[in-house]
This record gives sequence, structure tokens and C-alpha cells, in this order.
Amino acid sequence: MSGDLRQPAHLTHPTDELSAAERRELIATMRPEDAAGVPELHEVGVPDELRELIEEAMGRYPQIRSASLPALWAVQRHYGWCSPQGIRQAAAVMGVTPAYLEALATFYDLYHTAPVGLHRVLVCHNISCWMNGGDELLRELCAAAGANPDEAGDHGASSADGEFFIQGFECLGACDLAPMASIDDRYYGPLDAADAVAAIEALRAGEQPVPEKALSRRPAAGGPEPDPDPRVAEAEASANPAGHGPRADGPTGDDSRGRGPHG
Amino acid sequence: MTREGEARMGETRLLFRHIDEPGLASIETYRRLGGYRALPRAVHDLESQELLEALEASGLRGRGGAGFSMGKKGSFLPRGEMEKYVCCNADESEPGAFKDRELMQKNPHQLIEGCAIAALAVGAAYVFIFIRGEYWEVADVLDRAVAEAYEAGYLGADVLDTGNRVELVVHRGAGAYICGEETGLLDSLEGKRGNPRLKPPFPAIQGLYGGPTLINNVETLSNVPHIVRNGAEWYKRFGTEQSPGTKVVSVSGCVRRPGNYEVELGVPSREIIFDLAGGPAKGRRVKAWFPGGSSAPVLTEAELDLPYSFEAMAEAGSMLGSGSIIIADDTVSIPKLALRTARFYHHESCGKCTPCREGTNWTAKMLERVTRGEATPMDLDIIASVQEKIIGHCLCVLGDSMAMPVGSMVSKFRAEFEEEIRAAASSASRPGAAGGGRPGELDHSGFDSPLTAEVEAV
Repeated sequence: MSGDLRQPAHLTHPTDELSAAERRELIATMRPEDAAGVPELHEVGVPDELRELIEEAMGRYPQIRSASLPALWAVQRHYGWCSPQGIRQAAAVMGVTPAYLEALATFYDLYHTAPVGLHRVLVCHNISCWMNGGDELLRELCAAAGANPDEAGDHGASSADGEFFIQGFECLGACDLAPMASIDDRYYGPLDAADAVAAIEALRAGEQPVPEKALSRRPAAGGPEPDPDPRVAEAEASANPAGHGPRADGPTGDDSRGRGPHG
Repeated sequence: MTREGEARMGETRLLFRHIDEPGLASIETYRRLGGYRALPRAVHDLESQELLEALEASGLRGRGGAGFSMGKKGSFLPRGEMEKYVCCNADESEPGAFKDRELMQKNPHQLIEGCAIAALAVGAAYVFIFIRGEYWEVADVLDRAVAEAYEAGYLGADVLDTGNRVELVVHRGAGAYICGEETGLLDSLEGKRGNPRLKPPFPAIQGLYGGPTLINNVETLSNVPHIVRNGAEWYKRFGTEQSPGTKVVSVSGCVRRPGNYEVELGVPSREIIFDLAGGPAKGRRVKAWFPGGSSAPVLTEAELDLPYSFEAMAEAGSMLGSGSIIIADDTVSIPKLALRTARFYHHESCGKCTPCREGTNWTAKMLERVTRGEATPMDLDIIASVQEKIIGHCLCVLGDSMAMPVGSMVSKFRAEFEEEIRAAASSASRPGAAGGGRPGELDHSGFDSPLTAEVEAV
């Protein structure tokens, strides 16, 4: 991963909090092409793979603008971030202005409008994770990865070697795993200090981080399947009376698997 | 955390039946365990009007937060030939809520079957499952299940050879709590920023692409196959008269066994929090709890025996919401909890309406002043009054969702806020002292501040 990993000031602070120098820097970056219309396909050189993904998304919806979010996902997966070049390419494929897509990329939290580290680690710092040590987890991950914990907590920070991007994030919908983190789009938790170090080391070695803490392996909190509630058992029995298979319920006509109540 | 090797009393598993059965996410296992029996019945034997009547008769109330009758909502859509849509709200982003995640991850076909039946009931040819982008691995599970359902003929241009068309698209969001608000969701699905719309017109009349749209939560739609298969009367044997059925409750925070538990509505809250989720750690007590996610006004230890139902929570001045219980034990600082809550809504406010955009911003700033010791008790009155000025004054309830819990914390725990102000002021005045970030670690030593007289005079 190369490139400047520092976020431009106007992406990390409200513009009315910028210093005069930052304001001048921002104005200097404004380019005439920012006001450009819909780019032509031949001007932007879209990689075939990216173009196919975007066109496929456009075909899924009754109206093509609905493919905007999928198109930005495709750009981000292709380039590692929503780069201006990638956005122009998506805009050309979709027939919208780059500004239209940029307005979306800056609204949604999961799109990166500046280059970020290779592995993305989002650490939940909302209520349940905070009560269970989410702030400490963020600091431990930053220490192991070599990222600035204050920046990470505010707007996200990449490690100096470009390997990691760590960000304190609002509720990820996994309060049962508190404190938890989303690592390269997979959930892990609850994570302690040792897990934080182990996860970063595993990622450096190209392995799956702390697989035993993966959400996909977690059983329901209530434990193994209890005996069915009598009302549920009654319904299941009447759906599958002895000797009568269920009606053919699929065009395949294969209902043999549906016979007999389970367990 | 230890797990006992048996299911605990109190759970009534209907949607969570066979939840950890290996392979349940595949179509073979789902069918083997009784799945895809309701959709054939819906498509072969029932008219769409009968489907809507069955859903209304079942008394199924929306599980996303508002608790509105699903059948009634469906009946608001105009009849007749036009482009109509069903949207499944899987943008679960409310702090404390994680039930839809487990329902989709482990039993995606239950939801797909419910979506297809809902589409038949209202005459929609398109269903969109709007899933939050953070749930990427769950969306992958859904994608695989949807492909299987197409392959088996449960979805597509000709559902079970009946000429009915139901297309289902899994749409990944990209990180914005506001997209869980139904009109914000629609704008986002149309490829815009997720800004809420002015209502009316309601989505049932003018929703996605301007067409009539039914929007329901994952858990609501997951109930539908059970109702269609077993009948409304059977369904009403679960839960209470006004809140029939089961509810998947997410319990988290300071409890020993956090997770999703499926219960009948109306069971005592204490049973869910203590018998199922294990209650707080040994020697700790419940100090405050959110009964319905972080948007619900907090309740106290004295209210633990209330039945867990839409009505009882509303009567207690709070709400059941999406059914997410967050427990704060006696080590947690309520002012710091209020600050976390306010910061979340400040971050997530879309900025369209002034009371929400400015109100969440200033509430967070004032609560920061409280925890830094720069506030006076009068600021607490200002905080309380700001909350009152947000409620009911915006296009959607995001601002209200901060104002209600923060307002409830300030009014129910005012003494603790005042103590926090005193303690933070005195620790800030000591050289080298730093305000700790740990929940509840208030340093009361060396307290000697000119604020004392002022605070005690209040």
C-alpha cells in the first residue's frame, strides 16, 4: 500500500473549524474538473472487472441510480478506497456526475474518501461495548498495530506501515460480543488485550485473526435446542402426520426430505 | 463467561426453533425442518386479501420499534395493478439491537419465505432486503440463500409455476443509522443520501420510486411463514392479547450471558434479565436499564418486575422499541452513559432538521462539560429543556431518540449529575489530574470547590 495515509483536514473536521492554513490548502485542492459533467467512458479507462460489477448492479434494480451504493462498494473493493479516479469511472458507467457519487461517498461512514491501511479494523465504542471495555480494546489494537489511538477513536487512523486502518465505530450490532471489532468485514468478540495482540499478529502473518472468537462460530445464548414448546410441537406434528408426507412444495417435486418431524 | 449445558427456562422458541442446527442456512435443511410449507399454501390456496386478513387477525405487531399491526399496514396499500414494493428493514443499527443479525445469519430462508409471502399479500413484484453494510458476512449468507430460493423456484418470474413474479434483491447499506428510518431507507435505496422524507404521504401510498411500499422489519417478516402455515388462531396462543407472538430480545451490557433470547411478550422483565441473561456480575446491582434500545427512556431497578410488553413499557413512560435490553450496573456512571448516548445520535444525525442537528450537537457538548467539571447545575436544566425542544419537531424521530433517554437520565439521576459536576470540577482543579474514561470511576477525594455552595443551594 503506498500513498499518503493522512486524511485531508476537511474530511476529518467540520469546515468551519479549519484553520486559515487548512482552508487555503482546501481551496488550492479544488479543481476545475470538480464541476465537470458526466465523464465519457473513453476518458476514464474503466477496468473491465469493475465495469462488469457496476453494470450487473444496474441491472438488478428497476431504476439504475439504486446501483449507486453497490457501485461505490465495487470501487472501494477494487481500489481499496473511493478514489476520485474510481468515482469518475463509476460515474461514467452509470451516466451520473462524479459529484453525485461523491456526495454519497462522504455521507456514508463505511466509504473511505482517502487511502487507508490494508486491513480494516472497526472497534465498537458504543454503550454496551464501552461498558465492557471497548475503549481499552481500541487502545490495545492501536498499540499492537502502531496506529495513533486518539486519531483512531475520532475518525480512524492507519498504521505507519500501511498494514492497518483502525477506527472507533458506532454500534456495530453485536452487543452480545462486547467488546468487539469488525476485522476485514468479519465480526469477532469478546476480545481481550491478548486477543488484540493475537489478531494483529495473525493479520500480519496473513492468517485469520482469532478464529475461535468469530461471530460465525457463536451458538445462541440460550444454549442447546430445548424440547419444543407444546404449541410448537403440536403444529409440527399436524404439519407432518404419520404416513402422510407434506404436499409437493417445490417445482422439483422432491419432498422426500420434508417427511417426518425432526428429532 | 461460563455456559451451562442446558437451555434455560423461560425461552419459547418459534423463530429460533432449531437455530443452531448445522446447515439451517441451507435450503435442504430448512425444508427438512418444515420450511417452505407456508409459501406454497400462500401462492396456491389463498388470495392476497385472505393473506392480509390472516396477518391482521394474528395481531402481529411490527418488531422494528413502532409496534404497528403488520396486516393493517399491508391493507393501507392501494389494490389494483401498479408497481408496488416490499422493503425488509435489515438496517438494524440501534445500539443494543442485534436480533435481526442472528435471525438472518442462521435462518435466512425463514426471512426469504416471509418476504415472498408479504409480496404476494400486497401484490408486489420486487422485494428489497436493506441490510446494513457492516453486516457484510450476514449479507453473504443471505445472498447464497436467495440464490438457492431462485434455483428452487420460490423466487423469480414464475413463483412455483403460478405466474406470480417475486424478485428479491439484497441491498447493502454503507453505514448510516438514519437508513433504519423507513423514509431514509427508501431514499438510500433509490441511490441518495439517507435523508428522511416529509410524511404524509406515507410509504404505503408513496414509497420506493413513488410506488406503494410495505416496509417491515426482519423479525416481523420472519413471523409470517409461521402464521400462514399454522393460522392466526394458533399464533394468538402465544404472548398477550394485545401483543401476540414471541419476541426475540437482545440483552447486553452488564449481564453475564448477553445474547438473543426468544420469549413470549408479557413475561416479567426480571426473568429475561436475570434468569435468561444471568443478571449483573456477582455483588453488582442493576442501576438503570434501557428496555427498548438506546432510544428508550431508561428505567430503574424498581421497575424490573414490569411485564415485558409494548403496553407495560409505554405505561412506565418508556418503550419496548425493537426489544433490546441494555443493563447498566452500579459501577456505571450515568452522566458518562448519557454522553455516550448523545454522541451516538450527534454522529448519526443526518443534518436535515435543525432541532436534531443542533440539539444533538449541543447536548453532547454540554454533557462533555459536565464530565469535565465545567458545568453548573443550571446546565442540567438547559440540557433538559433542549431535549424538550427536540421532541416532535423534526421529520423523523432520530432527535427524539436522543432526547428521550438523555432527558430520562437527567431527571431520574439528577443527583448523580450534580455529583459528577462537583467531582469532575475538583479533580480538574488538582494539578496533574486527568478525567478518567472508565465507567463510573468517580474520584470524590480532595473535593473542595467553590461550586459546593452553589450546588447545595439548588
